Amino acid sequence: MSICLCPGPLIDSGVKDKSVKRMQICRAEYRVIGRFVEQLRPTRQCMKTLQTQFPHLPPSTLLSIFSQEYQKRMKRSMARHHAPDVIKEYYQRYRSEAKTRPAAPLLLELANQVDLSPALLARLIVECFLEERQASVGASRHVLNNMLREPYLIPDLLLAKHVEQCTVNDCCYGPLVDCIKHAIGLEHEDLLRDKLRETHLSFLDENQLRAKGYDKTPDIILEVPIAVDGHIVHWIESKASFGDDHSHHTYLNEQFWSYCNRFGPGLVIYWYGFVSELDCQRDRGILLRDGFPLDIVTLCQGPARGRV
Amino acid sequence: IKEEFVPFLLNFLRDQSSQTLTHGPTTPAKTPSTSRSVRTQDFSDRRGNKSTPIQTSRSASRVQLFSPAPSVSPVSGRGEQETPFTGSHCLSGVSALSSPSFSSAWSPAPRNTPSERRSAQRPSLGDFMTSPPEAQQHRGRRRSGGFGGCASGRQTGPRGAVSEEGVRWDGGGRRSRGVGRIEPVSPPTQVQLNFNNLEDFPPVGAAQATKPSRRINPTPVSAERPNSKPKSCFISTPLSLPASPPAIPESAGAKLTAGSPHSLQEERELLRKERSKLAQQTSSPLKTTPVICTPTKTVHRQGSKVTPDPQSPCPDPNKVTQKSELDLLAELYCTCISENLVPCVFLELFFVLQLLTSHGVSVSESGEEAISFCEDNVLEKAYLGNVHNCVYFSVRVLENQFELVSHLDKCTLRLLSENERVGTFSSSLKDHLAQAQENCTAKVLPSPPMFVHSVPFQPATDNRSNFSSDRAFHTFKKQRDVFYGFLREWEDSHKEPGWDFEAALGSRVRMMVSQLTAAGSHSHFARLFQKQLIQMCKGPCVLGSSSDAPDADLLGMLGADSLGRLKRLQQRLVQPQGLIGPCPPPSFPGHQEFFKCFLQTASCCQLNQHLKDGLCQQLLKLDEVSILGPDASPARGEETGDGDMEQQDEKQRFSSVLLTARLLAKFLGFISFLPYQTSELPSRDIQDTAITLRSKSSPVLDVCAVLRSSVHRRRTILTVPWIVEFLSMLDHIGPLLPFYRTALCLLLQIYKMLLGRGGELCYMNQLLMVAVLGWLFQIPIFPEDLFFSTDPKEEVKELENITSSQGLDTLPLVDQQLLYTCCPYLGEFRKLLAAFVAGSTSKSGGLIRKITPTSAELRGPSTSRSQQKLQVDLEQAFFHNQPPSLRRTVEFVAERVGSNCVKHIKATLVLELVKGGEKTLRDSLGLEGVNTAKLNDSICAQLCDAGMQALETATSENAPGAVRVLLPLETSPSVLTTAESITTRLATEKACSWLSANITSTLLKREWKSAFGRVMKSVPSSVSLDAEEGEGSNCTHKVPLGSEVMIEIKVIIANWVSEKLYKLVKTDSLKTGGLLMVIYTKYNLMLRNEKSTKLLKGNTQFTQLLSETISYQKCFIVN
Repeated sequence: MSICLCPGPLIDSGVKDKSVKRMQICRAEYRVIGRFVEQLRPTRQCMKTLQTQFPHLPPSTLLSIFSQEYQKRMKRSMARHHAPDVIKEYYQRYRSEAKTRPAAPLLLELANQVDLSPALLARLIVECFLEERQASVGASRHVLNNMLREPYLIPDLLLAKHVEQCTVNDCCYGPLVDCIKHAIGLEHEDLLRDKLRETHLSFLDENQLRAKGYDKTPDIILEVPIAVDGHIVHWIESKASFGDDHSHHTYLNEQFWSYCNRFGPGLVIYWYGFVSELDCQRDRGILLRDGFPLDIVTLCQGPARGRV
Repeated sequence: IKEEFVPFLLNFLRDQSSQTLTHGPTTPAKTPSTSRSVRTQDFSDRRGNKSTPIQTSRSASRVQLFSPAPSVSPVSGRGEQETPFTGSHCLSGVSALSSPSFSSAWSPAPRNTPSERRSAQRPSLGDFMTSPPEAQQHRGRRRSGGFGGCASGRQTGPRGAVSEEGVRWDGGGRRSRGVGRIEPVSPPTQVQLNFNNLEDFPPVGAAQATKPSRRINPTPVSAERPNSKPKSCFISTPLSLPASPPAIPESAGAKLTAGSPHSLQEERELLRKERSKLAQQTSSPLKTTPVICTPTKTVHRQGSKVTPDPQSPCPDPNKVTQKSELDLLAELYCTCISENLVPCVFLELFFVLQLLTSHGVSVSESGEEAISFCEDNVLEKAYLGNVHNCVYFSVRVLENQFELVSHLDKCTLRLLSENERVGTFSSSLKDHLAQAQENCTAKVLPSPPMFVHSVPFQPATDNRSNFSSDRAFHTFKKQRDVFYGFLREWEDSHKEPGWDFEAALGSRVRMMVSQLTAAGSHSHFARLFQKQLIQMCKGPCVLGSSSDAPDADLLGMLGADSLGRLKRLQQRLVQPQGLIGPCPPPSFPGHQEFFKCFLQTASCCQLNQHLKDGLCQQLLKLDEVSILGPDASPARGEETGDGDMEQQDEKQRFSSVLLTARLLAKFLGFISFLPYQTSELPSRDIQDTAITLRSKSSPVLDVCAVLRSSVHRRRTILTVPWIVEFLSMLDHIGPLLPFYRTALCLLLQIYKMLLGRGGELCYMNQLLMVAVLGWLFQIPIFPEDLFFSTDPKEEVKELENITSSQGLDTLPLVDQQLLYTCCPYLGEFRKLLAAFVAGSTSKSGGLIRKITPTSAELRGPSTSRSQQKLQVDLEQAFFHNQPPSLRRTVEFVAERVGSNCVKHIKATLVLELVKGGEKTLRDSLGLEGVNTAKLNDSICAQLCDAGMQALETATSENAPGAVRVLLPLETSPSVLTTAESITTRLATEKACSWLSANITSTLLKREWKSAFGRVMKSVPSSVSLDAEEGEGSNCTHKVPLGSEVMIEIKVIIANWVSEKLYKLVKTDSLKTGGLLMVIYTKYNLMLRNEKSTKLLKGNTQFTQLLSETISYQKCFIVN
């Protein structure tokens, strides 16, 4: 499973153009990108800027990197934005501005101003709005989520309009993005399965494994192991995102090592590339790739093996 | 008398040679409880100033000055033997016996190295004090302490040996030179010793102080000595000392730095100063003027030293004295060895090789010596007083014990046969050795697997239904990962200096174990632990010891001559590796250390109990394993038939079983005796209490019963080696308990009676058992008194009641590889000989410096691994995640099918082919001028081809069907296909290997064998590895993906919403937006619920819906 968002019609670049564009980035270059995206906002314009800045990288990779960096940024500034007085201030500002110029993209502007994800801001504002209306009773999560997903449920039409504007314009957060990310993850898992079938490799997928009672389940377990680049591969995990240090280490501890500990060495595919230095655990059983491997060695079938 | 004879002889030989032997670790003295050898080892002798750590500590180990200092702490284990002597000079960690492999060694009680133990039994300075010289020849004297004395003597505790033993005069003054620096606390002396005489009292403390001289500074050395005389210069350093040491500031001498290069003269000068300084130190505390009250012999000796021979004596057969006596001695000695009357056969062999490589004193000197020594006493004659006699004796013994020697590894044989001394003294031995080397067919150790597999998750034993609760299941899930995390962390960092298991992982390990306790899933973890242990530690592959392999290869490749040069070159580059002698204390090499530390740190009784249960169960299961002998039916001549092929498999299986059992037994012993381990031997009272207490509870494993049954059923070759491992872990009290004492006695009886007589046992089997038992009898835990005191006949009658006519013992199961894997210390012979070649013995006391591989490239990066190896790995990997039964089935079918094919071929095909071949041969030989070589070749090739084809057809016809029938119906097709093809391949391989081994040898002359072998081998070697080229990334999804469409729509709406905001369209627009959301949500739901690929590929309905929405929205925009 994975998390990434692809902007506009660029989705296929991750799949089709990878032969053209390099997706393994050395750590130094990654830092350069990281520094550059610090100043960006989660808007389409910013994504364009990013692409022009690093034209040699596939847009999907860039977006994935940005998305992850942006999420880290948001987590860091969470406390700052979530202080009750700050939230109150945001809400008051929105209220007063909505009176003067209701047609302006108020929340977007505000989000931009305070460097907060528009979708997150919208959430904060709606939360305030609900609190205000229902007096002391805190709005349930469920109601809140529904309102963000379907803004017309918000009794205040103008606010609904602005909230919708936020969720559709945010490329890192929001119900739409979550939905898209989920879809991308599944799509890549499916892509992986297709490739395996094409290569006539038989495998058990996550659901079959779970049914058998495995306690940890990679996306794929190969029934007959293969070798990639001289390394044995028992399992394959698909990650439709860019493998940066932070996410990779999280995955290592939560997933990859566990797989290794149970099924032996395996392969992780970061479809949107990864920091090349991270591919250092090959001898310990974790091989990284940015696409389906083409250099697969299989156990030679048939009795003819050994004779030539 | 009979009882005391052997130890007497052994000690006599050691005493005799003590002055000539200067290198390598000591061969311990034999000290039975009743007779004690009073024996000093003077190593840092006349050449005392070369005092290398080994020598000094050795002298320390041989001779105990007084009871060791009470400050002995268990921690300082290695350095211990020096502490008492060196006082402030003592640098912990600098110890002769601390070789890399040793440092991680764990001895059952962290109390000693063998030498240290030995030290306590050897004469203390007290021995020199009172006894009159007349007592000299009474070597075997009763220890005042008796058994207790022995036991306590072993312990370098406060209960000093001196007080107990009283004071005695040593066998002779010349032997007194081993005595270390005297302590100020010395009891009143009756005999005054010349403490200034460094020969008599070599500066033990010099081990550290003179260490700088160990620095390799070969330039001046090489100038003076040709390769053949590697030791000349340092040996011949003038040794005479001025009676009053020159005034040298102590500080100057003590801290000689290794930095500046010295010329040889400078070096010598420094050494001289060093010695005198030490002499000063030695004598000063006594405040007595050194008097020449030392026995006259020493004076003689000293006198002889004044004329140093600048050349190392070259052993000369013509200069051997007392030949007939030596012959007699050798014969006696050999009988003792052959009859297993000595505790450790290989230790004696080591001693003999030490004699062979000894760097004795010069001819004139030793000649004089020999004469000057007690001409009146037969026993006091210096039979081995010079290097000629030593080498002569050694060569005689080697000749006599040729069968034993010829079973050593190829490198050792080569070094031995190329040893110039062997050549000079016995050309026939040299020839025999060379021949044995040729015949040595030991295989090269297979390279260890590149990656370490984890223990596979098997749903049958590991899924939720095997746990009592969800919580237990999930806890174990976590703990499994945590455990592997520790393992990885340990691998990464345990070699870093200062890294400590307890400090780094201690609290986390305990936390983990306590969580297991809370969840009650110890049995699961114990099983994981045990499996992982076997997986990682079973083989000979040992972390870090891989550096041994290239060394061995190198030796084989280069031979002695060029090796000598190479070695000297290396000396400057790499770390020294000490000789540790053939009886190192038990250790936990490689990954075993992790498991050992884990258990120690966790110290969790629940875990230990579960482990004990599991280990016991598996051990007994392994012990019962049935190994098939060769078919009884075929006649003797047909021994090379298919029985041989099967035998090879059985041999491999046996080796695997044996190694696993040894590993498990060691850990079972470790866990079982862990609660009783103490750093020091408890006092007698405590001992008695403990014995009474512990005799009541039943032991973890009925070792005696297992042993007896194994003797009866003739399965000792499997049982004894693992029992030895188990017992080597005993704690201090353990051997004193009646139960374990019985077990040890049983082993002794097996050693003396069953093995000593030879006969029914297969020679290599016997050799393995002799090696492991000999090792056990020498390691610290084995009670010293036991070997010579027990009467072997006691229980033999019972043991002789053998019920089974045929058992494992009579099968040829052990090969050289297994022998060396089980007894890595046999490699010490090679090291000793190589060190002699390298000439490094003189300077570094038997240290051999080894190549330390510095780059990982040597290990072979993955890319360079041959494709074939990859295939093998893949095959192994295939079985990894499959149920174990799959592997068993495949192996079984392959074995049977292969065997049947061979039988078939033998019965039908070979006969025809041979007939045809013979006919062609005869016809062609009739004609003159026919190239028989070519003819033979072609016939053989035809034969092989035909045979191979027949084999292939037969195996591929039979194997898949059999596998299919035997595997469960539910097996997935690809697994089945793979299993079938592996089976077929294995079967064919087995049959082929038989074919290549037999058709050629039965049909054609031996000379052609290798050529045909090559033909045969070339066939199966090239493996086609056409990787299936995947289609690559050009997978095209014809229909736009759902996410694609959504993103597009999102953009459209985004634009549209901002437009509409201007117009403030109310409900309608929102409704569209809402609709979109509904669609999104629905899409998500569909994804979750159906996971249908159809949907992902672009569900038409869905796309339609989307496009409708878009047009709907567009309507709005238009509106």
